[in-house]
Amino acid sequence: MKTHAAGLKKIALVGNPNSGKTSLFNALTHLRQKVGNYPGVTVDIKKGTAQIGTQRIEVIDLPGTYSIYPKSDDERIVSEVLLDPSHPSHPDAVIVVIDATNLKRNLLFCSQIIDIGLPVLAVLTMGDMLEKRGIRIDPAKLSDQLGIPVLLVNARRQKGIDKLKHYLKEGFDKPKKEIYSDIPLPPALLEAGRKLYPDAGNYFIWLEILRAQQSRKSRDSRIKALKQLLREEEVNIPGIQGKETLERYKKIEEIIMDSVDDSLRKSVQISDRLDDVFTHRVWGPLILLAILFLVFQAVFFLAEFPMRWVEDGTAWVSTVFSSYLPAGWFKNLLVEGVIAGLGGIVVFIPQIAILFGFLSILEDTGYMARISYITDRIMRGVGLSGKSVIPMISGMACAIPAIMATRSIENWRNRLVTILITPFMTCSARLPVYALLISIGVPSKTLLGFINLQGLVLLSMYLLGIGMSMAIAYVLRFLIPADGKSLFVMEMPLYRAPRWRNVFITMYERSKVFVTEAGKVILVISIVLWFLASFGPADLGMSREETNTEQMTQAQYKSYRLEHSFAGYLGKAIEPAIRPIGFDWRMGIAVITSFAAREVFAGTMATIYSVEGEGDEFHSVREAMLHDVDDRGRKVYSLATVLSLLVFYAFAMQCMSTLAVVRRETKSWKWPAIQFAYMTVIAYSASFIVYQLFR
Amino acid sequence: MRLSDLKPGEEAIISGFTDELKYLQLMEMGCIPGERVRLLSRAPFGDPISIQISSYKLSIRKSEAHNILVEMHSEDTRSLRQA
Repeated sequence: MKTHAAGLKKIALVGNPNSGKTSLFNALTHLRQKVGNYPGVTVDIKKGTAQIGTQRIEVIDLPGTYSIYPKSDDERIVSEVLLDPSHPSHPDAVIVVIDATNLKRNLLFCSQIIDIGLPVLAVLTMGDMLEKRGIRIDPAKLSDQLGIPVLLVNARRQKGIDKLKHYLKEGFDKPKKEIYSDIPLPPALLEAGRKLYPDAGNYFIWLEILRAQQSRKSRDSRIKALKQLLREEEVNIPGIQGKETLERYKKIEEIIMDSVDDSLRKSVQISDRLDDVFTHRVWGPLILLAILFLVFQAVFFLAEFPMRWVEDGTAWVSTVFSSYLPAGWFKNLLVEGVIAGLGGIVVFIPQIAILFGFLSILEDTGYMARISYITDRIMRGVGLSGKSVIPMISGMACAIPAIMATRSIENWRNRLVTILITPFMTCSARLPVYALLISIGVPSKTLLGFINLQGLVLLSMYLLGIGMSMAIAYVLRFLIPADGKSLFVMEMPLYRAPRWRNVFITMYERSKVFVTEAGKVILVISIVLWFLASFGPADLGMSREETNTEQMTQAQYKSYRLEHSFAGYLGKAIEPAIRPIGFDWRMGIAVITSFAAREVFAGTMATIYSVEGEGDEFHSVREAMLHDVDDRGRKVYSLATVLSLLVFYAFAMQCMSTLAVVRRETKSWKWPAIQFAYMTVIAYSASFIVYQLFR
Repeated sequence: MRLSDLKPGEEAIISGFTDELKYLQLMEMGCIPGERVRLLSRAPFGDPISIQISSYKLSIRKSEAHNILVEMHSEDTRSLRQA
């Protein structure tokens, strides 16, 4: 009885974490992938299309999980999709991906999936590791025992993929038997469940009862009926689940007794020896530091070349458009708004691609788990786990890929806290601002004969960022408390060579998600900022003020335009508010325009001070700012003001792209709004204290 | 005794759990009563610890390992199928 004689339309991939699910998904769909949108789910769920002959099958890659019982909202999607036939992603059939080297534990989840009653096929991965370990598995016997087709597949070498595709094309049956159905439910409840679901097995009914118990409101009439029944019947859910797990493991022992021969089992010596070094008390942390340094350097410096190409390319495109388009607001919109905005999005791609290339290698080789293992103790002091280390280190290059990297943190609470604190890390966009300000406000003195004072201040800025992120993480322990139920048990996979296909697909996919999803927001904000800085009340006929601008040089005219733009008036309007932190209206304008990106600060200053010439802009801006005096003849950029500005740029959320990415990763505007608000408050307060102390 | 009391290299058999909330999750990750477990090493900063269960390694915080009861009898010859 083929359930889908005409073949399948939709299949779901499920399996334990680290089971090779992603590799199989990539092998089936190649680059025909996109990210699906699921309400309440914060991880990305990928959908792809498998092309088999002329047939197209939709493949959905569900989050990796150890059992059907969800431990988080993200995992809940697995049972939702599989149980609810009205769910848009409800599949015709399920592929369970099983790490053959961890058969027993993987079969626990597989046996639960079998008992749901959908057509199931099991794919055994890591077959190449079996031989090395002296384990033999008989797929035919296993298939017989489980009552479902079992295939050995090596996605890396494309072995078994054709056979799998053949099965997908032909379709496959529902499981021939139930593995565990003797659920100790109150008879009345079970009886009622059978009436509601006449075609389903006991396990399906049990899972529906659980769904009813957990759902707050459901439109499904059967779930409602079960909910009603649950009010009358007492059900010991953890007791039933515990008993089920033990019973399943017993059955699994029997099943693998016949189909697995591990009498010649060997230990995995190479991997163990590697761990002796990589997690060694002395060598472990040292190697970790070296690897983190390498990744950081790569994102920081390697990305610089392609980023410069993007900047040059943007400039070239702007020039081309400028010379062919007639002057006017449309040309300005296109060149200074749209093209500059697009360039500002594309410029992040090198950093994102390089970081995710490295992360994918670290993940694939198994080293990522060791990073968490080594650093867990340190991060626990502030209520996080070792998984937050990589995003935070990446944040020292750029917060955007760093925040995208938080998705490897399974625990939502810890992921959110990491997202909230990562922008405090000193990113590369702060460097030009710091360099300019330090050169203005901090004397180039040498302390103790070898310490450069300016260098010392720059180092302090890095430490300030790390310190603040840790402090906020500590405070968030009380504001966003841990649920107390989460377990920080983590698998330490065997060391393996990276799969380059996965690496490249990750690089491509991450960059694409950034451009298509965060990119939209960035483009809109950059056009708004361009408008604010380019137009003023006079342009819209709101002001009758006439100034003779003909005598001005081009630089003076630009400065005049900025001063009389909306951004200029805004800068002046907020002056009373920023006086207490030592800022004047010029700095107010720079704060507004550099919301696009911190490094815009220097460019805005150059415009405000009518700096002439393109060549040595840094030097001329520095001179202009250095010699600027207020109406009482005091230096505008006093030590107090410079320190206040430094602290402000260290703590303020002056980066629209980061906010766009936070919205993308948390799937709501709530968290970027909170983040913007609290970082601004901290920045303002800190600047206030610093300015008042040093003035 | 508890899993967190083992010294690196020592083996024991899991006999039960003390934490009602987390034991299901531990079992789902393979920490089943009757299963042989070996403490491999402590992380460089003393915590977490890495353990070998069946054929795979887990990293587990000491506070969580404290919830797993173990027995060090070697008489328990229950065959541990490893796959």
